[in-house]
Amino acid sequence: MLMTKLFSIQNKKRDGKDSLNRKFRLSEFLAENIIKLVSFTSFAAIILIFAFVFREAAPIFFPQEKKTLSTEFQQSETYGEEPAQSTQKTSQEYASSNSGASDVASFKNLTQKEWQPVGENPKYGLLPLFIGSLKATILAILFGAPLAILAAIYSALFASKRLREIIKPAIELLASFPSVVIGFFALMTIATFFQSVFGFTYRLNAFTGGVAMAFAIIPIIYTVTEDALTAVPKYFSEASLALGATKWQTALFVIMPAATPGIFAALLLGFGRAFGETMILLMATGNAPLSTFNIFEPVRTMSATIGAEMAEVVFGDTHYTVLFFIGALLFVITFIINAIAEFYVRAKLMKRFRGE
Amino acid sequence: MMNNKFLGRSIVIMSALSTLLIIAALVYIILDIYSGGRNYLTWEFLTGNPKEGMTAGGIFPAIVGTVLLVLIMSVACVPIGTITAIYLNEYASKTSVFTKMIRFAVNTLSGVPAIVFGLFGLGFFIQFVGAGIDKSIYSDGQLHWGQPNLLWASLTMAFLTVPVVIVSVEESLKTVPNDLRAAGLALGATKWQTIRKIVVPNSLSGIMTGAILAIGRGAGEVAPILFTGVAYFLPHLPQKLTDQFMNLGYHIYVMATQSTDVEATKGIQYATAFILLMLTFSLSFVAMIIRYRFRKKLKA
Repeated sequence: MLMTKLFSIQNKKRDGKDSLNRKFRLSEFLAENIIKLVSFTSFAAIILIFAFVFREAAPIFFPQEKKTLSTEFQQSETYGEEPAQSTQKTSQEYASSNSGASDVASFKNLTQKEWQPVGENPKYGLLPLFIGSLKATILAILFGAPLAILAAIYSALFASKRLREIIKPAIELLASFPSVVIGFFALMTIATFFQSVFGFTYRLNAFTGGVAMAFAIIPIIYTVTEDALTAVPKYFSEASLALGATKWQTALFVIMPAATPGIFAALLLGFGRAFGETMILLMATGNAPLSTFNIFEPVRTMSATIGAEMAEVVFGDTHYTVLFFIGALLFVITFIINAIAEFYVRAKLMKRFRGE
Repeated sequence: MMNNKFLGRSIVIMSALSTLLIIAALVYIILDIYSGGRNYLTWEFLTGNPKEGMTAGGIFPAIVGTVLLVLIMSVACVPIGTITAIYLNEYASKTSVFTKMIRFAVNTLSGVPAIVFGLFGLGFFIQFVGAGIDKSIYSDGQLHWGQPNLLWASLTMAFLTVPVVIVSVEESLKTVPNDLRAAGLALGATKWQTIRKIVVPNSLSGIMTGAILAIGRGAGEVAPILFTGVAYFLPHLPQKLTDQFMNLGYHIYVMATQSTDVEATKGIQYATAFILLMLTFSLSFVAMIIRYRFRKKLKA
């Protein structure tokens, strides 16, 4: 209480209602505003990422009026920067518009069924890549989520306090595994193991990639689920135990239902993480852009396509633009998934605990 | 009744088994990678240059490149992350639109896929800022800043790791008791003085944890630097910010997927993966210990 009062007094002072300590107030003013300005960086970062990934993908949105529109687009973003930049950019785009009739980035070109960006007649169909991403992600969730959720249930509800203090940091350490190391492990060990056990035709396939990616999403699903389970108010379980329910009955029929939105959020966050994951998929899925639903065939995901092909494209040509467009799609998709997890589910969880 | 008991027991057993399986997998990965690279883990491997087309020699340049990357990254992301956390915890009112914007941005930023950061680095730092610098300062028409280099890769990585710092520092700021702030203010210190002299010194361990976690993350990520500055092989160590650099993670990736003779370099790949794993592992272990001791101290 005292604190809030003190701060409210402070706030009044800052509003300039008294004229004491003028010098101090200037430094206070500067400190607060500089801190505020710096903390704006994160927001600026999001805007910049959005703007610049879409900027490079812009020719897709404006295929016909490429020249005029993209110059406008430039000007709206190049405030404070040298105007020389935009002329260079436009010339690049102009060059790209001259190259081959079929080599034009348009929505029509993107909805083809094949991804074949190199060659006489390049095809930029995103469908196989999208299916690939979806396949790998769903497999990762199928393998990782049950394990992670069960482990969270164990450490939050059943394990002794001491055991919990070992399990929790151990699984959190799994989060510190670089994805390139998991990818390497998948490429070397998991792939060989599965091939010898199941006799796969293709050593690297969606199944292997999915299993490997499960390692990457287990920590996040575990942590968020565990948080949700421990956040259930104590009186929920106390009431249940007082009514004669056993420990596991309480866990299964009282705590779990109360924490369902949190577990759902954990799944969504895991999905978002897996959908954007690059290195594991680049190394362990075989990278063939096939649009089948067979999970034992190689797949090429959206993220892996960017990782594999961006280094070899010419800046500003259609392939480059399409890769940026895929990046923009990835950004938007993960953004939406995370936003749902954040706003909808958390709000619902809080409401439920307040008993509304 | 029997059925119920069985159900209950099987839930406990299944959840315990899942936990065990995850931890067993974790241990197995470490042991597998260690045993694959055991024969190569020597001092010469850490301090030597690659020889004979990567089939022999060490990974010293990759270690140096990784260290330089995370150091420059930290210079950018630790101060910004710390200041943002101070703003969010000390100044921001919970209901203001500005605060909500910042929180939303931090959450979003931590969910953006690593590869999108790479694209952003290419589109923003190299194609926009770098090319802009080249156009306006140098007039020789050559690329100086408008190409992948150490600085742009580090800054791209800083964007990725800044949420890690913010979350960690804010957590530690929250554990500074309000009594301390009240005492500072009661003695006549201003808000900024209280923050600078009381709050921040009391959460130094949080800032350190944040920095360590960010470094661990930055050392392990490869996707953001793929097209912003990393190179597979360089004859020299990077001398200036506009040089390209080698990186442990990228080294593993290229050797394992793109080299002509994967078998010949298998041991080196395992050993490199082990070094990288130990690096990120020990960093997050240290962060965990600092945090644990800090919490214990706070309780006492």
